[in-house]
Amino acid sequence: MALSPSLLYGLTGLLLFVIGLAALFTSPQLLGKILAVNIMASGIFLFLITLAHGSGTLIDPVPQAMVLTGIVVSVSSTAVALALLCRIEEAARPHGHLPEKKDEARQG
Amino acid sequence: MSLSPASSSWVIWPVVVPLLGTVVCFLYKKKPCLAAHFFAVVTCGTSTVLGWQVLDQGVGRHLLGGWSPPLGISLRADGPAALMVMMTAVTGLGITLYSGGYFQSRLTGGSQDRRFRAQEQSFWPLWLLLWAALNGLFLSGDIFNIYISLELVALSSVGLTALSGKPPSLVAAMRYLLVSLLGSLTFLLGVGFFYKAHGTLELAVVSRVLAPTPPVIMALVLVSVGLMLKTALFPFHFWLPPAHANALAPVSAILSALVVKGSWYLCYRFWQGGGLPAVVGVVPALLGSAAIIWGAFQAFSQQRLKMLVAYSTVAQIGYLFVAFPLLADPAGQGSDALFYFAISHSCAKAAMFLAAGTFFLQMGHDRIRDLAGVRQLLPVSSFAFALGGLSLMGLPPSGGFIAKYLLVTAAISQDLWWLGLIAVLGSGLTAVYVFRAVSSVLSPHLLEEQPALVVAASMQWSALALALLAIVLGIMAPLPLALLEVT
Repeated sequence: MALSPSLLYGLTGLLLFVIGLAALFTSPQLLGKILAVNIMASGIFLFLITLAHGSGTLIDPVPQAMVLTGIVVSVSSTAVALALLCRIEEAARPHGHLPEKKDEARQG
Repeated sequence: MSLSPASSSWVIWPVVVPLLGTVVCFLYKKKPCLAAHFFAVVTCGTSTVLGWQVLDQGVGRHLLGGWSPPLGISLRADGPAALMVMMTAVTGLGITLYSGGYFQSRLTGGSQDRRFRAQEQSFWPLWLLLWAALNGLFLSGDIFNIYISLELVALSSVGLTALSGKPPSLVAAMRYLLVSLLGSLTFLLGVGFFYKAHGTLELAVVSRVLAPTPPVIMALVLVSVGLMLKTALFPFHFWLPPAHANALAPVSAILSALVVKGSWYLCYRFWQGGGLPAVVGVVPALLGSAAIIWGAFQAFSQQRLKMLVAYSTVAQIGYLFVAFPLLADPAGQGSDALFYFAISHSCAKAAMFLAAGTFFLQMGHDRIRDLAGVRQLLPVSSFAFALGGLSLMGLPPSGGFIAKYLLVTAAISQDLWWLGLIAVLGSGLTAVYVFRAVSSVLSPHLLEEQPALVVAASMQWSALALALLAIVLGIMAPLPLALLEVT
C-alpha cells in the first residue's frame, strides 16, 4: 500500500494530537500545558485539512471553513488561558510560591 | 414536518437577545444590572414563546442569512431542545434576580467595594454571553456550530469561575479551562471523523445513521469521551468540585445547574439515534452508577456546605447517564426519565447553591458544623435549601420523584432491573448527605453573635421560587413530557 500524501498528513495530524495529549498530562508547568493544547489543536487542523482532499480533483470547502474558524477559536482560548496564567502569577507573587504546586502534587 | 415561517423565525431570538444584552451590559458600565434584568426577562419571554410554538406547531427550523447547509448555519428547535431552552430561561431568570440582590448586598461602603463593583461589571456580560452560548448549543443544527458554542460556553464559564479573584478560584478556573479545552478538542476530532464517515455535519443525520463502521465508532468514542470530560462524569469529575465550590454564589449555581447540562445534552443527542446495541449503553450507565455512589460518599465527608453541594452535583450527573442503555428502545421512557432528571436537578441545585451562597454571605463562612441555627437569620433560604434537598432525594411529589419513577418503570419494562436498583440505592445515599446538611441548617441551636450584614430579600425569595418549582415539576409533569414528544 502506497503512502499517499493525504494519508501521511492525516497520520501526522493524529500523531501531533497524541504528542500534545501526552505533554498536557506530563508537563509540570501551566505554560507547557497551554502550549500542549495548542499542539493538539494544530494536529486536529492538519487532520481536518486532509479531509478536504477527497477523491478526484474537487476540493471540499467545508473542512477548510472549519479549520479557519477553529484557528480563531484556538487563538481566543489561548489568549484567555495566558491572561488567567498572568493573574495566577500575580496572585502568587506576595506569597513567594505558586499556589498550583500544591494542587499538582495532590492530583499527580 | 411542515415548517411555517412563523414558527421558524422564533428560533433565533433566544440566542440573539442575550447576545445583544452582552454587548449592552459590556458598554453600559454605569448600571449593567438594570440592563441585564431587562434582557433576562426578554430572553425568558422569547424562550417561552419558542416552547409554546414548538408544542403548538412542531419542529422549528431557521437558516441564518438564508444560507443553506453545509456552509450556512442552521438552527433547529425540537421538543428536547425547546425544553432545555425553557429550563435555562426559568433557572436563569431566578439566578439573575438573585445576582441583583447579591451584588447589592455586598456593597457595604467598605474598602472592598471597588473590587466588588468591578466583579459585578464583569459578571453581567459574561453571564448573558454564557446564556446565549447555551441556547446556541441547544438549538444548533450542525455539529461544527455546536463545537463553537461549546467553546463559547467554556470560555465564558471559565471567566465566571475566576471572577472572585482569590488564588483557589483562579487555579480551579485554570484547571477547568484546560479540561474543557481537552474535551472540546477531542470533540472536534470526533467531528472530523463524523464528517469523513457521513460527508455531512448535520446533527439530525449524523446521530441517526449509525452504521457501526470503524470511523463512526471512532467518532462516537471521541465525541462521547470529550463530552463526558466536560460534563464531569466519574472518573472525569476531579475538576468540578473546586471550580464550583470556590466561585461566587450565583456563579456556582450557574455552573452546576446549567453548564454541565449543555455537554450532557449533546452526549444524549449522539446516543439517542438508536442503532447501537444496548450493551454499548452499559458503559455510561456503569460510570453513572459509580458517580452516584462515589459522589454521595464524597459529599457526606465534606466539611464545607458548598463542597457538599458540589459533590452532590457529581452524584446527580451520574443519574443523567444511568438511563443511557434504555435509549436503545425508542418507544421506551428512557429519554423522558433523563430529561426529567435534568430539569428537576437544574431547579433544585440552583436553589441549593443560591441558598448556600446566602448563608456564606451572611455568616462569612460555610462550615457545616458552625452553620447550626442559621434558620433564625435566614428562614426563607433555609426552607429553600431543604426543599431542594427533598427533590434531589426524590421524595413525592417533587420533580426528582417523577424522574426516578420514570427511570424505574422503564428499567423494569426493559429487563434492566439493576438500573432501578441503582436509582433507589442512590436515593438512600442522597438522603444521608442531604440530612447531614439540612439537620445543621434547620437545627434549633441559638446563634450567639448577630452578623450586621443584611441580605437582600430577592436573594432569599428567588432561591425559594426555584426550590418550589422543583417540587411543582412533580405535579405538572404532563406539560414537559408533552413537549418532549415533539421530535
